[in-house]
Order: sequence, then structure tokens, then C-alpha cells
Amino acid sequence: MGSITLEHVNKSFGEVQVIPDISLDIKDGEFVVFVGPSGCGKSTLLRLIAGLEDTTSGTIKLDGQDVTDAPPARRGLAMVFQSYALYPHMTVRDNIAFPLKMAKMPQAEIDKKVDYAARTLNLASYLDRRPRALSGGQRQRVAIGRAIVREPKAFLFDEPLSNLDAALRVNMRLEITELHQQLKTTMIYVTHDQVEAMTMADRIVVLNAGNVEQFGSPLDLYKKPANRFVAGFIGSPKMNFVDGPEATKHGAHSIGVRPEHFKLSTTEGAWKGTVGVAEQLGSDTFLHVQTDGLGLMTIRTDGDQTFKHGDVVWLTPDPTRIYKFDAAGKAI
Amino acid sequence: MARRVSTSTKVGFTVLAWAVALLLFSPILWTVLTAFKTEAEAIASQPTFFPQNFTLENFGAVQDRSDYFKHAINSIIVSFGSTILGLIIAIPAAWSMAFAPSKRTKDILMWMLSTKMMPAVGVLIPIYLIFRDLRLLDTVHGLTLIMTLINLPIIVWMLYTYFKEIPVDILEAARMDGAELWNEITHVLVPMAVPGIASTLLLNVILAWNEAFWTITLTSGRAGTLTAFISSFSSPQGLFLAKLSAASLLAIAPILLLGWFSQKQLVRGLTFGAVK
Ligand SMILES: Nc1ncnc2c1ncn2[C@@H]1O[C@H](COP(=O)(O)OP(=O)(O)OP(=O)(O)O)[C@@H](O)[C@H]1O
Ligand SMILES: [Mg+2]
Repeated sequence: MGSITLEHVNKSFGEVQVIPDISLDIKDGEFVVFVGPSGCGKSTLLRLIAGLEDTTSGTIKLDGQDVTDAPPARRGLAMVFQSYALYPHMTVRDNIAFPLKMAKMPQAEIDKKVDYAARTLNLASYLDRRPRALSGGQRQRVAIGRAIVREPKAFLFDEPLSNLDAALRVNMRLEITELHQQLKTTMIYVTHDQVEAMTMADRIVVLNAGNVEQFGSPLDLYKKPANRFVAGFIGSPKMNFVDGPEATKHGAHSIGVRPEHFKLSTTEGAWKGTVGVAEQLGSDTFLHVQTDGLGLMTIRTDGDQTFKHGDVVWLTPDPTRIYKFDAAGKAI
Repeated sequence: MARRVSTSTKVGFTVLAWAVALLLFSPILWTVLTAFKTEAEAIASQPTFFPQNFTLENFGAVQDRSDYFKHAINSIIVSFGSTILGLIIAIPAAWSMAFAPSKRTKDILMWMLSTKMMPAVGVLIPIYLIFRDLRLLDTVHGLTLIMTLINLPIIVWMLYTYFKEIPVDILEAARMDGAELWNEITHVLVPMAVPGIASTLLLNVILAWNEAFWTITLTSGRAGTLTAFISSFSSPQGLFLAKLSAASLLAIAPILLLGWFSQKQLVRGLTFGAVK
């Protein structure tokens, strides 16, 4: 079991309040992603759950049991660090076995579990190497192996893939998702990459300056962002925002349209503009259009479009997909 | 681009370096050579460089006069004992300063270092009186204790700088893996800091071995170390240069050998972190 509950958690470092007041309810077996811009407090929140930082006030519960004052070693959670944090003086085998050794498990059982984990993670032939002699991806696997052997109540990941190259990142992303489906253990995953968040999560927590902006399923966040911040953060490329009279026409302080929700035409439409950079990805083309009076907008079209720099285009937003926000940025 | 250094500059600096090194080394060399001369040759008005009548009798005379082995064993107990005791106290202290610092940690470190700047003679009387009242005068354990206290700031400082180099993530990983504090220190921190701990050990053994002020003032016959042993030769026997040299050579030889064989470790430890 591994449900995690945060009640009015507050964290300050000296005078600096990093997390003002967060309450969250993470269900057993859920894959929850914390996402947000750099410095918004994702790692801090994760470390509070891990017990590596003490809360300033508030309560943290694991399976309904108050663990606010329990040291990390007693919480039964496993963590995978961005830096891998392997023990450099131990072999891969000893690294993976370490948590079991700390739990005073009999040696025969340790061997069995380590071998099993090594086979699952394709590490069997590296067991006697030191971490120094492994590639980044292999090190990350060892870190995951060390986390899974002890069958924790929940896994905590802090940007585990950000030191890997793009291709490996996609692979490991799939592997971690697969692992979650096999183990069905609660996972909390911190990232600032919204693609990782969208593809891996059951539910996403969007954080901004230590506050939860929204907590919901990926599609919820995409379709019904609670406010302008979430709307701008989820979705790639970013949503286009328009303020002023054009927004007032829609009865809002500002409106937003996603790049994929435009109709393009060379002859007629709502907003006129000139094509700037056209980024061709093959499957899609991103057009950066300088509109008359409404600023720069990004438009996503299919890969066969042949717009060039300097072409005049007309943009028409899909009227059912215009997001409206009030002066405070709240969705209306 | 690589910096160019002309050959003549290189030669010039090499010669200079050798000259300075020889100059510094010459008193030690002279002591070594004198130890093998007869007394008469040692004080001859026409000094000789190499011993003309090579002899080992100075060493026998020194051992007869004042028991070398007893002093050597005292030195070993005091220097290793005080260093190991110091490490046992300093490892947890440095752990907390490096990984769980408080607002005052920096101040405490500076304060500890400042105690090393005070002349030892400033606390001679209080320490002497405390030792007298606790009956620690001229005891090996008393001397070990004072040596531990004297070198503790340096041990803590050295360990602190080594520990600072260790990524805190790895200790946190150990905590997440269920390691209590004791296991975190013995299974993770100490094995990772072995080079640093080893050079701290070596340097402090050497410092304790060479310490003369307290060993001479707090001991007489029983607990005297090799520094006390040399000094016992220098005053009454001042004119017997060859015997004094033999005594000095005997006293410095063990630590010189230790230093020689651990050179690489010492350099590696002392420059630890400078080139990672
Ligand atoms: N030990 C600390 N002492 C003081 N301030 C801290 C400490 N740790 C974090 N902070 C501050 O707390 C804020 C949140 O930090 P945190 O590491 O949680 O951000 P993050 O969301 O994980 O960012 P990133 O995506 O860059 O990893 C930052 O402004 C940071 O400067
Ligand atoms: Mg972070």
C-alpha cells in the first residue's frame, strides 16, 4: 500500500518561504508527476515527502499514518536521484543489495532478489563492475534496481532522465511507465519536461512558486486548464495568448488559443499576419506568424504545408477551443 | 595554447630549486653523516664531510645511556593513539559540520582553528596544574590525551574539507535505502573518504610524533617520547655531537620512513578535490 497525503504542508528555508501551503491526496498505485518551471519547489516537495527535508508546518501521512517526524530510513520509500547517487566504492551488485542489507535480510534472499532485479533491468553482465565503469543509462538502471529490490511503499523520482540523451530518455520513459504497470506501486515523478508529464502521469500536479496550480489527469489539464499559467505550461508548442480589445470581444480579460486549434488560409480569416520562421519537423510544421496588432503566434499545421518566410496568412481560431481568462488569470 | 617556457628559464629554475632543496636538506644530511663519526672527528677543527672512521658505536652508546626503544614505543603509542582517538571524535563532528551545518558552524570552525594560533606556552600553567592534580604528569595516557586535544582542530578541519567534496546526494540515497546514521557513516561516508582520512591520519601522526613542547614539559623519565629523548641528550651531552646526531637520527628515522613510503598518499590526500 502506498497512499500519500499532504495536509497544509509549509516549508521555509530561513526567511524564504518556498512552499506556502500545499494539500494533496495521492492514491495508492497512482503515477503522479510534479511539473513546473525551475525553482518552483518540485524537488523540495518531493524531499519533504521523502523526509530528507523537515516540514516547517503541516502533516505528511503515508497510508494514513503520520510520518511528518519520521526519518527517511523509517518511511519505506525509495528514491531515484537525478545524479543517480550510486555508491562509487561498491560494485553494482552491492549497490543494489545495499537497501536489503540495511534491512538485515538473509544473504541468500538478497542474492535472489538482486539477480532477479538485474535480469529485469538488463544489468546481469555488469554486476561486478563499479558505477564508474557504466554509461549514464546503465547507471540510471542501477539506481532504479536499487529502488525496486526493497519493494517500497512508493517510488520518488527527481528528474531521473535529465542527464540522458534524447533517444535514451524516450526509452527510459517507456521503461519506467512499463515498470509502473508491472509493479502497480505509487510513483511520484518530478520533471520540468511537460512531455514526460503528459505521457507518464495518471495525474499531474502543476506547481508554480510553491503553489499547486492544478491537480488532474493530463487530458484534464490540456482541455480544462484552471488558469492561464497551466494553459501556458501544458501543451507544446505553448498556447498563444491575446489581451486587449480582441479578448474583450470574447468577454474575457485575455484569451488563449493552442497552436493546433487554428484554421489557416491565404485569402480570408479573423487575424491577418506574416509568416516569420517556419520550422519543419516532417510530421508537423510550426509557423511563427507575426500578426497585425496581436503579436507573434505559433501555429501547428501538417508537414506538407509550403508556407515560406514573408507569406501573408489569415488565422481563424476554432471558436469552440478558445480559452478565456479573467484579470487574475483564472479560467472562465 | 600551451604556455611556452624557454629552455634557459627551465634550466635556471631547476638549478635554483635544487640549490634551495640541498640547502634545506644539508643540516639533516650533516646529522646523518655525523652520527657515523667518532666523537673526535665530529668536533675536529678541520671538519670532514664523510666519516673517516665509520663507526656504529654512537648508537650503542645512546641506547645504553637512555633507553631508545622505550621512548620509541611511547612515541608510537602517543602519536597513533592520539590520532586514532582524534579521528573517532572528529569523524562524527566533521560529518555534522559538512552535512548538517547550523548557522554557527562556520564560527565554530574558525574558533577551533584560532586555538591553534595561540602560543602553547600561554596555557602551560593551567594545563600543568590540571595534569598534576589529575596525576597525569609523566603518563603515556595523559600525553595521548593532550596530543589528541592539540591536534583535534586540524583533524576536524581536514576531514571537514574532504567531506565537503562528497556529494550529499549519496548520503541521502543511503538514508532513503534505510541506513541509520551509524550505517551511513560506516558504510558510505568513511569508505568514500578513505583517501582523505588516510592522509589526515598520516599528517597528524607526523605532527604528534614531532611535537616537542608538551612532550618535554609534561614528561620526565617514564612517559618520555623521542622528542624528549633527543632533548635529554642535547643539554648535558651537548658536546658529544656524534652521540647527539645518532640520537636525533634514531628519533626521526621512523617518521621519515613513514613519510617516505606514504608520500604519494599524502600528496593525493592533501590535494584532494583540487583536481577531481
Ligand atoms: N537548502 C535550501 N536553502 C535555501 N533555499 C533553498 C534550499 N533548497 C531549495 N531552495 C530554494 O527553494 C526554491 C525551490 O527549489 P527546488 O529545488 O525545490 O526547485 P525545483 O522546482 O526542483 O527546481 P528545478 O527544476 O530547477 O530542479 C528555490 O528558489 C531554491 O532556491
Ligand atoms: Mg529540482
